[in-house]
Amino acid sequence: MERAAPTASELARARLRRWAFDPRSGLLALAVVIVLLPLFLSNNYFYDIAIAVALNAIVCVGLNLLIGYAGQISLGHAGFFALGGYGSAILSGSQGWPVWLSMLTSCAAVGLLAFVVGRPTLRLKGHYLAMATLGLGVIISIVVSTEDRITGGPDGLSVPPLALFGWVVRGEHTWYWIACSGLLLAVWLAQNLIESPAGRALRALHGSEVAAETLGIDSARYKLQVFIVSAVFAAVAGTLTAHYAGFITPAKASFMHSVELVIMVVFGGMASVFGAVVGALVLTTLPQLLTVLKDYEMMVYGVVLIATMVFFPQGIVPTLARWLAWWGRR
Amino acid sequence: MGSQWLQFVASGVTSGAIYALVALGFSIIYNASGAINFAQGEFVMIGGMSAVTLVAAGLPMPVVVPLAALTAVVVALLLEKLAIEPARKASTVTLIIITIGASLLLRGLAQLVWDKRIHSLPAFSGDAPLQFMGATVLPQSLWVLGGAALAVGALSWFFGRTLFGKAMLATSYNPLAAQLVGINTRTVLFVSFGLAGMLGALAGVLIAPITFTSYDSGIMLGLKGFAAAMLGGLGSFNGAVLGGLLLGLAEALGAGFVSSAYKDVIAFVVLLAVLFFMPGGLRGARRSDRV
Repeated sequence: MERAAPTASELARARLRRWAFDPRSGLLALAVVIVLLPLFLSNNYFYDIAIAVALNAIVCVGLNLLIGYAGQISLGHAGFFALGGYGSAILSGSQGWPVWLSMLTSCAAVGLLAFVVGRPTLRLKGHYLAMATLGLGVIISIVVSTEDRITGGPDGLSVPPLALFGWVVRGEHTWYWIACSGLLLAVWLAQNLIESPAGRALRALHGSEVAAETLGIDSARYKLQVFIVSAVFAAVAGTLTAHYAGFITPAKASFMHSVELVIMVVFGGMASVFGAVVGALVLTTLPQLLTVLKDYEMMVYGVVLIATMVFFPQGIVPTLARWLAWWGRR
Repeated sequence: MGSQWLQFVASGVTSGAIYALVALGFSIIYNASGAINFAQGEFVMIGGMSAVTLVAAGLPMPVVVPLAALTAVVVALLLEKLAIEPARKASTVTLIIITIGASLLLRGLAQLVWDKRIHSLPAFSGDAPLQFMGATVLPQSLWVLGGAALAVGALSWFFGRTLFGKAMLATSYNPLAAQLVGINTRTVLFVSFGLAGMLGALAGVLIAPITFTSYDSGIMLGLKGFAAAMLGGLGSFNGAVLGGLLLGLAEALGAGFVSSAYKDVIAFVVLLAVLFFMPGGLRGARRSDRV
């Protein structure tokens, strides 16, 4: 029997579906949103929030690679974030290094630290990385609030502004473009990593670790690569945040901040780069909108986390994507 | 010099006994589910805070302790029923994230039910310090040690001598085989949370007269109890007690002879060292398979 020719609406739906699942179109859509958004940002306060969203999203895109693709949690990403920020602040401040060099150095140092911590722990089966990063995060947070002669202690440390070859970056508008370019770059890198041999190996591991290993995939090595990338993403966002805000406090290194970052990733959707961006968007803006609920903030976070895990274990964006796919197939 | 050592050892053993109780809670839930319960510290906080409320209501200590423990047991069982049970089939990562959510929720609720202030609980039998070979020991320290020893004794009777305790042990070795011989592993998980809640609350009530208690006092105690469990070997009961005592001693001696500012760091340095060099812990070697 001859199949009926697809109708115009079926074709349109199929095209929409193909478009919606092509990673490049997602990147393009994000770029369009970033370019158009300033039309709606009527004052510096909104710019400030948009910058915070973009910088948090950079951390989340990295952390999402680790949680979603390597199947490992980090409970110390705030430590990497803060170490990037403090490192760059101290080198460019009291040590007088050029800002770009101090940013590069502190991000590289964080990458090295991630290597040192990840290498022994990722060779073990199970969730040892979560415990190691937890311990490391708490150590970092105690050190930055105790070594007050170097870090300013609990009062925090002021940070010189970002300067590139004599051009000093100031103002929310310039920073908006810097933060958003950083985010686009992070998303692009993450998408490439997922499509690279490392990403495909990790997806194979997700299916069956034993099967993947019989094919010669060195799971520990790929997990380590992703962990280092995610730590460096956090450090980059940390240095940018420190130089943007002009100030950094030990709260940035706290266990609670690490947990917030995990909530953003889990809420937006594990194994979904755009899920991480959406998670950062929702959980960065929500506390701003709900200032009246300040006393309930911790409870709300707890409920959001539990409810997401129980009802949408995939997170918000992958769940929506599944609905879209279902609608497209109908 | 000798009395100084003795002083540090006394305070180390006291906090070590508390870490041991918290570590036992971690191990019990780990054995039943393979997950790490990040709300364990919140059970400690609930024990301490409800004891403060009950004492303020004029109840005598022998009534306060079981009631405070009961409060934490009810909270722990509710947590299992409402948040862990519905996600029972999910991955370990999911379960860990749920317990992190639960710890935030419980801390947030504690802020509302109580407040953000620091509370103290009267010592069980006065504050007059006892002199022992030149070292000063608080009577409450003896209560802590006695209470912890009693709990550990009761627990080893439960796991070694009762049918249900043995069923829980069987589940920790092999859940599927346990199910095949007729053990209800869902009930085992449920009871594990109750037991962990009780141990946590007991730790909270015993230590509150020495260290005070507040809505967020569970964070550090929970994390250190976890480090103790890792040191002893996650899932091992002897290991949890050993790990707790060693960690308490390391902390007290480190704070006394090295740096008191970095007292809280010691537990986490120990945690990292364990993960790097002997991931099975002191007593849990059977779980350390390398990839």
